[in-house]
Amino acid sequence: MASISPLKPAAEGHTRNPGTPLDLDLLDRIRVNLSAVERRAATLPGRRTVKKAYQAAWLLKALTCIDLTTLSGDDTPGRVKRLCAKARQPVRADILEAMEMADRNITTGAVCVYHSMVETAVEALKGTNIPVAAVSTGFPAGLSPFDLRVKEIEASVSAGAQEIDIVITRGHVLTGNWQALYNEVKTFRGACGDAHMKAILGTGDIATLRNVAKASMVAMMAGADFIKTSTGKESVNATLPVTLVMVRMIREYHEMTGHKVGYKPAGGISTAKDVLNYQIMMKEELGVDWLEPDLFRIGASSLLGDIERQLEHFVTGRYSADFRHPMA
Amino acid sequence: MSIAEIFDKMEYGPTPENSEAALQWIAERKGKFDHFIGSSWVKPQSRKWFESHNPATGEPLAKIAAGNTKDIDAAVAAARTAQKGWSALGGLARARYLYALARAVQRNSRLLAVLETLDNGKPVRETRDIDIPLVARHFYYHAGWAQLQDQEFAEFEPMGVIGQIIPWNFPLLMLAWKIAPAIAAGNTVVLKPAEYTSLTALCFAEICKDVGLPDGVVNIVTGDGKTGEALVKHPDIDKIAFTGSTEVGRLIRSATAGSDKHLSLELGGKSPFIIFEDADLDSAVEGVVDAIWFNQGQVCCAGSRLLLQEGIAEKMIAKLQKRMETLRVGDPLDKSIDMGAIVDPTQLATITKLVKNGENEGNVWQPKCNMPKDGSFYPPTLISDVAPAATVAQEEIFGPVIVSMTFRTPEEAVAVANNTRYGLAASVWSENINLALDIAPKLDCGVIWINSTNQFDAACGFGGNRESGYGREGGHEGMMEVLKPKFLSKLPLYKETKTSAPEDFKSSASLADLDRTPKLYIGGKQTRPDSGYSMPVFSAKGEKIGEVGEGTRKDIRNAVEAARKATGWTKASSYNRAQVLYYLAENLDIRKPEFADRLKIMTSVSAKKAQNEVDATIQRLFSYGAWADKYESAVHSPPMRGVTLAMKESIGTIGIICPDEAPLLSMISLAAPALAMGNRIVLVASERHPLIATDFYQVLETSDVPAGAMNIITGPREALAKTLAEHDDVKSVWYFGPAGGSKLVEAAATGNMKRTWVNNGKARDWFNIAHGEGREFLRQATQIKNIWIPYGE
Repeated sequence: MASISPLKPAAEGHTRNPGTPLDLDLLDRIRVNLSAVERRAATLPGRRTVKKAYQAAWLLKALTCIDLTTLSGDDTPGRVKRLCAKARQPVRADILEAMEMADRNITTGAVCVYHSMVETAVEALKGTNIPVAAVSTGFPAGLSPFDLRVKEIEASVSAGAQEIDIVITRGHVLTGNWQALYNEVKTFRGACGDAHMKAILGTGDIATLRNVAKASMVAMMAGADFIKTSTGKESVNATLPVTLVMVRMIREYHEMTGHKVGYKPAGGISTAKDVLNYQIMMKEELGVDWLEPDLFRIGASSLLGDIERQLEHFVTGRYSADFRHPMA
Repeated sequence: MSIAEIFDKMEYGPTPENSEAALQWIAERKGKFDHFIGSSWVKPQSRKWFESHNPATGEPLAKIAAGNTKDIDAAVAAARTAQKGWSALGGLARARYLYALARAVQRNSRLLAVLETLDNGKPVRETRDIDIPLVARHFYYHAGWAQLQDQEFAEFEPMGVIGQIIPWNFPLLMLAWKIAPAIAAGNTVVLKPAEYTSLTALCFAEICKDVGLPDGVVNIVTGDGKTGEALVKHPDIDKIAFTGSTEVGRLIRSATAGSDKHLSLELGGKSPFIIFEDADLDSAVEGVVDAIWFNQGQVCCAGSRLLLQEGIAEKMIAKLQKRMETLRVGDPLDKSIDMGAIVDPTQLATITKLVKNGENEGNVWQPKCNMPKDGSFYPPTLISDVAPAATVAQEEIFGPVIVSMTFRTPEEAVAVANNTRYGLAASVWSENINLALDIAPKLDCGVIWINSTNQFDAACGFGGNRESGYGREGGHEGMMEVLKPKFLSKLPLYKETKTSAPEDFKSSASLADLDRTPKLYIGGKQTRPDSGYSMPVFSAKGEKIGEVGEGTRKDIRNAVEAARKATGWTKASSYNRAQVLYYLAENLDIRKPEFADRLKIMTSVSAKKAQNEVDATIQRLFSYGAWADKYESAVHSPPMRGVTLAMKESIGTIGIICPDEAPLLSMISLAAPALAMGNRIVLVASERHPLIATDFYQVLETSDVPAGAMNIITGPREALAKTLAEHDDVKSVWYFGPAGGSKLVEAAATGNMKRTWVNNGKARDWFNIAHGEGREFLRQATQIKNIWIPYGE
């Protein structure tokens, strides 16, 4: 295993999800009980924990799953280059050496930017295996003209993005128009070509867990490589209950079709403690395959800093400070 | 293991809880513990100590005092001495002590959690996240009842000294369930922890001392079953509260029969976990985990019978097996463990044996999980395709073993669920609220969790029906188990009236006029007694005034069968029942002179007094007509998003043995509340004055009382009472007569562990509304079912 690279591109080691026909009967049978889901989500962190070397190794693994993200109106090429530099070298070399992990080519899972920054990022990441992910299709609201949204995907792919984070039309979910949702996502998937598609459901907008479950299933049927919680711009983003519902749908889809679909929580995961709870949920509900970056990504910006501090604490035994770690 | 290896394999590592502080706590006490009596540590009279072990390692933990009768005597004496003062202190002052205990439990929460895990073997995750927080919650909650006692329970007083015997599965939590309400209400207690698990109780004793609880309020005597027996049999105990096996519960009922000791029993269970096809199946799987692999399945209310709707059975079994693969069994001090150790090798052997037998009754399946080499451990086990007739489907295994069976329709789910001697709890999983709320009232048990399981809170009553015992712990209903009406202790003795024929009796001159031969009243028909015999009835003056049928056990059998069939009465709306009771009152009113005359002749009371009794009886019927739709259920507020309905339900068939005092009024005072709450009754008329009951047939017949709702048997009181108390299809027996009968009824009730309500040889003044009417009667006529309904979309 020593030769394994954490830089497996999305969906490596298993065939991409080709999608299935839309199965409305299956959607009708989906049931989600909010209180029971909340209970499982609330008690799981009490059932499993990792400490010491295990915690350090798990956090390092989490780090390789981060889609290091900047999605701001004030993004500039300079800012994106800094981010890419951090993605290449997310942890101070001396810390990795102390953990005997210096030779493992530890990087983040991807860098995630707006379309206009794709070329800059691709250039800055040249020579690495770090993919560039572009948010697309009128992110974050996804309400620009449909053909423009499709064209936006094509533009990002031709600019070198290997991963496309699309947003769905939340209105299709809220009105129960599953056929429209399916058609939309399937068209997006077609436009992505070889680039891997992460379907952002906008879980904060679609409100109920039942909607989350159904939208997850439709996105997978339409060929999503990943299903992703949210844009990071909603008032509520990734939560453990939402995660539980989405990963259960991934499991259901896998059992049904044999295809493995990845999961990406985004927004709100900012501490090492948070991310460990997500990892534990992935392992418990889906298994260890879903702890690797080809099936698990975390959309985050400040999380990396906290992981770095925890890793230094593990190495030195002293609590760390943020200025000791290079900024992005 | 290197970071790189962990990084590649992503396994869980060890996450041990530090047990040093707890071990040091034991060591500081030299590993040897005495009894806690009158706030002092008292060496056992036997000068003997027994060893308590850590079941996860088999290693000895501490030496525990072996209590005997003399130790119990000393503890009861200390409790008795303390009780008056503790009660006189008042609710407000007691509330302060309970708050202090709650805070002290929180301050010592980790020590208590680790100690519990060391002693019991359950995961520290559970003691830390569930047991100990619930203990603190229980003391806070009951501090509140102490605070409000003067306003809310003004007509009640503490029972006195309460003996409490608790099991090993939730040692400190069961202590809290027992002690908190008891001392809040002004009782003092002698508690015996389970032999296997005494340590947290002893730690709690220190906490009592620390907060300055007055001497003798809480006494703890350790020991085995014999110590418990001494407590049960102690003459100066007013009540026994027991949680444990049905077998021991039965012995306690037997031993306390006729002793005037109040009893509450929380016994075994074989609780159904029902999953309908429209349930959230993934969540239901987690529900099963919480139902049967919580505390290694050593939970009286564990969901141990999995009832699956046929269409989803295969899918559920597959999901469940997959989930079982990820359960982790191991060192209970490890924070990432799902299941710890079985409490003792003896228990382990019992589980192993039952599962071994189960191999012939279904498919035994266990996941390939890593089992610790030493210590007392058992893997999570599923036995699928089991028939209700299988031993493993009927017997309580009290281990991490669930059996599964299928059903086709909601009706069949109810039938399978209720096909058990027990009746403690049930889980119902469906996303259809119509279905879930339709099923809940039909399940014969005390607690129901909709789309959830094993939820507990001090605000909600907990307890069972059938052979799972009686009484409730927690909530308002729990307080009623530690309080009694103030008038009870002042009642005079019941006066036995002669029932045998006076020597050389002479027939009343008016006999010819009255020469009707009343029969029995069974299933809405006047029926000749099976025996074919009748017995003479005498007036107070010794004149024979008629004959009545001599009812026997066969007539009781027939009456109980008629009552069982009269389910329409139980299903009728309370409005409908109210109307029938009003109608009874009206029709009795029309016959007032006739009934007054009869009373005058039978009991020799004045015309005025006889008239009064009939008037009071009519009033009583009106009262229960009024109550029928006003003795309402409650909604508890546990800390969750949802409600817990405390439903007051009818009990089923109640046997009522009537006293001779004020024969018409007392009969109706007992029958009316039972009927108002929807019970069907088999009533044994006053042996001395049965004609008043037989006269009542015609009132019943003209008042729309459905056949079988009220059955009346005349005949020898004690023999009929015994048959009723022994009958397995009678859910409760009320006995009002001489003291010997109370004992007889309580002793005979052990068969199906039915509820009993007896007068212990005391006489009530039936004319006094406080003695003869109202909530006390309605409480006896109902059982409370707590239905947990979490909600949210």
